[in-house]
Parts: sequence; structure tokens; C-alpha cells
Amino acid sequence: MTGTPVLAMSGISKRFGAVQALSDVSLEVNTGEVVALVGDNGAGKSTLIKVIAGVNPADNGEVRWEGRPVQIGKPSDATALGIATVYQDLALCDNLDVVANLFLGREVTRVGVLDEIAMERRSRELLTSLSVRLPSVRVPAAGLSGGQRQSVAIARSLLGEPKLVLLDEPTAALGVAQTAEVLDLIERLRGRGLGVLLISHQLADVRAVADRVVVLRLGRNAGVFDPDRTSQEEIVQAITGALDNAVTRRRARVEEGTATAPRSPDEDQPA
Amino acid sequence: MSTATTSPEPPAGDGIQSPGPSRLNPLAAARRRLRTGELGAWPVIIGLIVIWAVFQSLNDAFLTPQNLSNLALQIAATGTISVGVVLVLLLGEIDLSVGSVAGVGAAVLAVLTVRNGWGDVAAIIAVVVLGVLIGILHGSVFARLGVPAFVVTLAGNIGWQGLQLYLLSPEGTINLPYTGPIGDLTHTNLSTPLGWVVGAIAVGLYAVAVLVDSQRRRAAGLPIRKPVGSLLRVAGLAVLVAATVAVLNAWQGVPVALLIFVGLVVLVDLMLRRTRYGRGIFAVGGNVEAARRAGINVSLIRISVFALTSALAAFGGILTASRGFSASQSTGASDTLLIAIAAAVVGGVSLFGGRGSTYGALLGSLVLGSITSGMFLLQLNSAVRFMITAAVLLAAVILDSLSRRGRRASGRQ
Repeated sequence: MTGTPVLAMSGISKRFGAVQALSDVSLEVNTGEVVALVGDNGAGKSTLIKVIAGVNPADNGEVRWEGRPVQIGKPSDATALGIATVYQDLALCDNLDVVANLFLGREVTRVGVLDEIAMERRSRELLTSLSVRLPSVRVPAAGLSGGQRQSVAIARSLLGEPKLVLLDEPTAALGVAQTAEVLDLIERLRGRGLGVLLISHQLADVRAVADRVVVLRLGRNAGVFDPDRTSQEEIVQAITGALDNAVTRRRARVEEGTATAPRSPDEDQPA
Repeated sequence: MSTATTSPEPPAGDGIQSPGPSRLNPLAAARRRLRTGELGAWPVIIGLIVIWAVFQSLNDAFLTPQNLSNLALQIAATGTISVGVVLVLLLGEIDLSVGSVAGVGAAVLAVLTVRNGWGDVAAIIAVVVLGVLIGILHGSVFARLGVPAFVVTLAGNIGWQGLQLYLLSPEGTINLPYTGPIGDLTHTNLSTPLGWVVGAIAVGLYAVAVLVDSQRRRAAGLPIRKPVGSLLRVAGLAVLVAATVAVLNAWQGVPVALLIFVGLVVLVDLMLRRTRYGRGIFAVGGNVEAARRAGINVSLIRISVFALTSALAAFGGILTASRGFSASQSTGASDTLLIAIAAAVVGGVSLFGGRGSTYGALLGSLVLGSITSGMFLLQLNSAVRFMITAAVLLAAVILDSLSRRGRRASGRQ
């Protein structure tokens, strides 16, 4: 973890009307590093991803790309820097084959005509280098399994030669074998020297591939962990709030129900 | 497509197998295509053969050069309209105005040439441009204002028919001259040798394209079709073209109108499969959100497709007027719209968007045209024809729905 991080953000805040979605969040991703972003629902993970991807720019805060300060005001800014985003809904066209999906919107042409051969060759090279297993690059996306679809979506993001890949819940809704397939792929991205920012609810997956785990809680940083030296319980505690686990929360609810015992509304805040 | 055997570190390099088992065993391939719903054009071709066999057995005048030549001429006009319908169906939309646009096109053509003394060619161009403008209007209301295409084009259907009636009043019918480019469009046949030359050129071009493609694939190190397969495809086309030319030459020669129709089918198909624009149409029809995220200008695609559809409809109107030497208040009315849409659907173009080709319009027009022609020979009236056409259409739509279900089921595995 030496050298300048590919992406370094600090003091990021974002407000949607009355809701403070992010306050003073910082985050660093190095090249060749998988950073997992975890947190409960509403912790601000997706908001942070959208800030980085330029979909919803931050209200304030500093973003540094390879050491120099940059503004990411719209999605094309992020793409121009070398940030690729793979959203949860994979946005593949089921009726188009794998090659067409990979090159959708940036088809290679020769005198105005699609150069299928060049596209197919590059697709095969790319998928082979990522060890993605497909029956053929000419099957329609509808005929692929969930893991294969996710792999194709991730491979597509690599065609723009990005330096940082944002993955939003890549293993949600996948079976065990398919999850393993995608986790392998994430490790290969790291092997290529890419920075990977991974959002996930699956702590087991996160611990399997991440080099660092960044926990968000209620829009604030709630700790950075080394998954090799941290137990799952510790990360869960950070996600839910150290003094606020399921047991205490239940007890609080019971007490609230039985008596009118006024509890501090700040109870949810991290210590 | 089982992924249960995924090893943690699959060996690099063997990730993508070349087309695999489908090539080894044609029977297994056929069964797999049946299950996954990738049937291609085979159901229509088989249906066409059945229809021809039935009509021929009922009346041996059916498969004569004269009747088949008439059939070729009959399908040219609605077939051209149907090519445009294929385009909107690929977007997953519908255009209910094509019949009226054809009618208004014919009316404007007649008004310009007969009443205002325009030259034929100038009037033809003007009518096609009018079609483009009508389509831009439909497409813009749909794409920019978000009104469903169904409603926009339904309004168009009524409105343009109104304009057609207005333009043709008070006579109701304007007769076109028997000579001149407009009449010649559908009343000219190629000479016998010229028919053969055109056919040979078509087959030759296809053979060269297949050869160049396989050579480039080999140079790029990609899996190539077996030479036998390529040879069979070229030979198949050669036989088809030769049979068609022979039959048409046995009557009056290859009609220019058929050449125009087939030319449009091929041209629009190349546009769809070989250009970025065509890829954009398929993408919008397959998944609008994916297309938008990939940077495709969805509104532009939609508006331009409606423009192309209306332009083709207007041109179909020109062909109709040319064939009857007149533009009347009933040109493009009655079943023109329904036959044009039905032909596309019978030809295997999915109503759900993103699947199909313009060859579907050709095949579907042949099927529906054959039914009309056969019924005419048997001296049955429109009542029976409508019912049989309905049954064929319903069968095609059921096949579309079933194959869609098959695809979804196999895609989920």
C-alpha cells in the first residue's frame, strides 16, 4: 500500500433535502487493491458510489485522483478519469450476443460497417484473460447464467481501460458456485493492477477477497478493518454500532414498549 | 450451462469453446434450439411449404408461373410497408398508421402529378419525404412527449386517412397515366437474360461475402464455419434464386417491383445487422435502460425509426397506386395495415421487441399472399380468407410467446 492512492476522498458530504446522506466521509483506494464498502441499509454506500461515479456529485469534500485534486460533476467526468461502474442491475441486452453487449455503444467499425471480427477477437482475448467461462461469445445474453452475466458486465467495464472499477453488489442474487466465479474474477482484476471498490452485503464474500474493509454507518466512517486480522463479529459491530447490536436494540424496544422510559434519541450514534 | 463444476482457478485459455455440440450433432442442435426458443425462420418456411402443397392439391393452377408471378407482384406493395413495420416492432413499439400513410402517399402522388403537373420522379421523391416528415412527427410525440406509440399512431391512422379523403375529394379517385415512371414501377419485367444476370450477381456477391468473411476470421484466429456449411449456404441461395428466376422467366420475366421489394429487404437488413445504427435499434428494443447507459441516443433512434417506417409506408402507397394506375379513397384502407403487421409477425418478428429480421417481412408476406392467392383461385371470398389469415397469425404469435418463454426458462438456468 505504498505510493499515491488512485482515488483519495476526504470530507465528502452529501445532503438530499432534509437527509444528510454522507457527512465527512473519507475513502482511499490504491492500485491493485480491493476495498470493500460495507454498511447497513441506508448507511450511504450507494450514495458514495454515485458520488464517485459522478451520478450525484458531492456537496463538498475533496476528491484526489492519482494525487491531483479533481471535480467529478457528471458520469462522463468519472469515465474520462478511468472510473468504471458496474451497477447492480447489469444493463445487458438479453437479445444481443456477448460480443454485442461488450461493445454496446462503442462498436468498432470499418468504413462505417461493424467490424465483427475485430470485436469478436478482442472479446475472446478479454474474456480469456479474465478466465471467464462462456459456452460461446455468440450466445445471446439471455442464455447466460447469473454469474456469467455478472462476469460479462464486469468485463465490459474493462474495455474502457479503467484504473478503478466500482462494483455494486456483484454477488447479490447469485448461487454459491456463481459467487465463487465472480470472486475469482475480482481477484483477477486486482492482479491486473486495478483498484476495485466493492459494495456488498455478504460479509463472507467481502472477507474472502477484500484487502481492506471500509465500514459506513449512518453516512459516516465507522472504521477501516483488515479482514485478515478482524473477526466477522467486529465488523458486524462496526456496521450496527459497537454498543448497538441486535440484543441491545431488542432490549431497548422492549423497554420502550413496556414503560415510557425516555431513552436518548442519540442512542444510535456511534460512540 | 452448468456452473456447478467451476473450479476455483479455471485454466486460462479454454474459457470459450467454439460453437460446441451444436456442430457435432444436428439432431441434438435442433432439439436444443426447440427448447431454448431459437427457431429462426424454420416454422415459417415449413408453414409456407404446407400452404403451397395444400393449395396445389386443391387447384393445380396454384404453382404455375403465371400465378406465382402475380403473387410476387401482389406482395411487393404491402411487403414494402411490412419492412417498415419490422423496424418499429424491433423497437418493441407498433405503428398503426402505416395503412393511412400509404393511402395519403398515394393521394399526394396523384394530386401532384395529375392535378399539379409535377414530374413523376419529383412526385415520388416528394411523397417519400412526406413520409419521413410524418414519421418524425409520430416519433417526436412518442419519444419526446412520452405518449404511447400505440395512441400516437392510432391518431395518425385516423388523421392521415382524413387527409387522404380530403385530398381526393370531390372525385374520390384520381387515375394515373398508363405510361411514365410511376406506372412502370410495377409494370416492367426484366428480359430473360437480364433476370439471370441479376440473379447470378446476387449469388456471386453473397459467395464473395462468405469467402471474405471466413478468410478474415481465419486470419484473426477465430473459429470458422466448416467449409461444407458455407458451401451449402451459397448453394442453397443459388438454387432458390435460380428457381425463382426460372419460374418468373417462364411467365413474363422478373418484375422490377419484386426486385425493389427484395432489394429493400436486403438493404434494411444490412443496415440492421452491420451498422452501429442498427445495433442501436436492437439494443433499444432489447433493454432501453442498457442502451441509454451505453450512451446510445434513444430518442434519436426512436424518431428515426418511425421516420423510416412512414417513409417505407409512403413508398408502399406509391407501389399500390402504380399497380392500380390510380389513387382512390380506399388505397391503403381496409386490411392493408393489418396484413402489413401480420406479415411481419408471421415472419417471426417478435412483438416484444429486439428479435426478428426484415426477411421475416418477405417470408410473412409470401405466406399471407399465398393464402390470398389460393383463396382467389378456389373462388372463396374474403370471409374465409380472413379467418384463415387470423389462424395463421395467431399461430405465429403463439409461437413467438412460447419461444420467448423457452428462452427465459433456459436463460434462467
